[in-house]
Amino acid sequence: MPHVDAAFNLAAWLVRNPADAEDVMQDAMLRAYRFFPSCREDTARAWVLRIVRNACYDWLAAKRGHVVVGFADVDPLDTDGARFTADVFSGPAEDPESILLRENRRDLLNAMVAALPEEFREVLVLREMEELSYKEIADIVGIPQGTVMSRLSRARAMLMRDWKARDDHS
Amino acid sequence: MTIPDCHQAHPLLSAAIDGELDPAAQAALDRHLAGCDDCRKALEEQKAFRDTLRSVLTRHQAPDGLHARLMASLPEEKPQPTVSSRPRRRWSHGAWAGSALALAASIVLFVSVPSHQDEMTRELVAAHVRSLMPGHLIDVPSSDQHTVKPWFNGRVDLSPPVPDLSEAGFPLLGGRLDYIEERPSAVLVYGRRQHRINLFVWPEPGRDRAVGQTQRNGYTVLSWRQGDIAYAAVSDLAAEELADFRRLWQGKAQEGP
Repeated sequence: MPHVDAAFNLAAWLVRNPADAEDVMQDAMLRAYRFFPSCREDTARAWVLRIVRNACYDWLAAKRGHVVVGFADVDPLDTDGARFTADVFSGPAEDPESILLRENRRDLLNAMVAALPEEFREVLVLREMEELSYKEIADIVGIPQGTVMSRLSRARAMLMRDWKARDDHS
Repeated sequence: MTIPDCHQAHPLLSAAIDGELDPAAQAALDRHLAGCDDCRKALEEQKAFRDTLRSVLTRHQAPDGLHARLMASLPEEKPQPTVSSRPRRRWSHGAWAGSALALAASIVLFVSVPSHQDEMTRELVAAHVRSLMPGHLIDVPSSDQHTVKPWFNGRVDLSPPVPDLSEAGFPLLGGRLDYIEERPSAVLVYGRRQHRINLFVWPEPGRDRAVGQTQRNGYTVLSWRQGDIAYAAVSDLAAEELADFRRLWQGKAQEGP
């Protein structure tokens, strides 16, 4: 599979667990394999990322037992997201409060992104980490470019607001 | 274009940082920024935050050997026949054992490789379930068929009929672009009480095919093909109710708008 690093990074950010991300990659690989010949090199990255993204949502839906999570249910800094990033990047698990106490900018910002609702998280990761154009992101996510624009704007506004709120506390 | 006020300028800042505003909007924003300290400050602040974010976001590295493991997990391209590669002399015990093995292997293959139809059902149900997650159901929310139909222009290589079935209790909720077998498909979303029906419509040349029904994980899939267009309705509704929907939809679609 080409672009395996970008694909793995996206999967890890969407399912928020590297071991699960590897499972998702297996599934995505099988799908990609079946359709690869129909793909041109210049669009290969977006195409691979779209397959991985869809595999992530299928995996998440299966894990949730098809329960639809509403907006209101998403904690702005849910502990899953915070614990995941803490696990991976700074060794033993830490709760958001102690991360905050250490004032570790890197951990806190990563935890805040991990805690974004997924429709905002995916566009942000594709833009800030893969530096894809709005058009490419629109193709991957399957939404109009205008929606990419507004979701990115909202994602950044949410992050900045929380970031400032934390800053004011300390 | 007139000069936007702060309220109009603010949502443009994020796209301006990315260099994604069209020239007219960028020019209008520039004119506003020239005379507005607050918005200039907000733009600088957003830029700085974006740079900070980019510098700290953790790139998850694919574990060593992942690529090799992925390659190893693929089905073998051409299973090597056990028997025909041997020199053909006469039937020996070995050859019999070999052909028995090949036979056994082909039975296993036959049983474990999902048919195209199964695979299609799996994809349709997965797309349906995915669509029920927040923010994924509808790209163009509208109960107006004259809004939904033109939305598909340029997004998918067909213009699906969008009949109004609200009087029969199947209100149109909107439309979406989705992918089935990695090809774009128009999706019409209808409601039935609290249930959702996704109707996938995509170009697929071939002979007309009568309606077939499959079931998976409690979802019903009705699929058919007519005039080089494939249709599939997916829902958790009772199969009879979905069949009613299908009949109504097809009847209305053939009547035309």
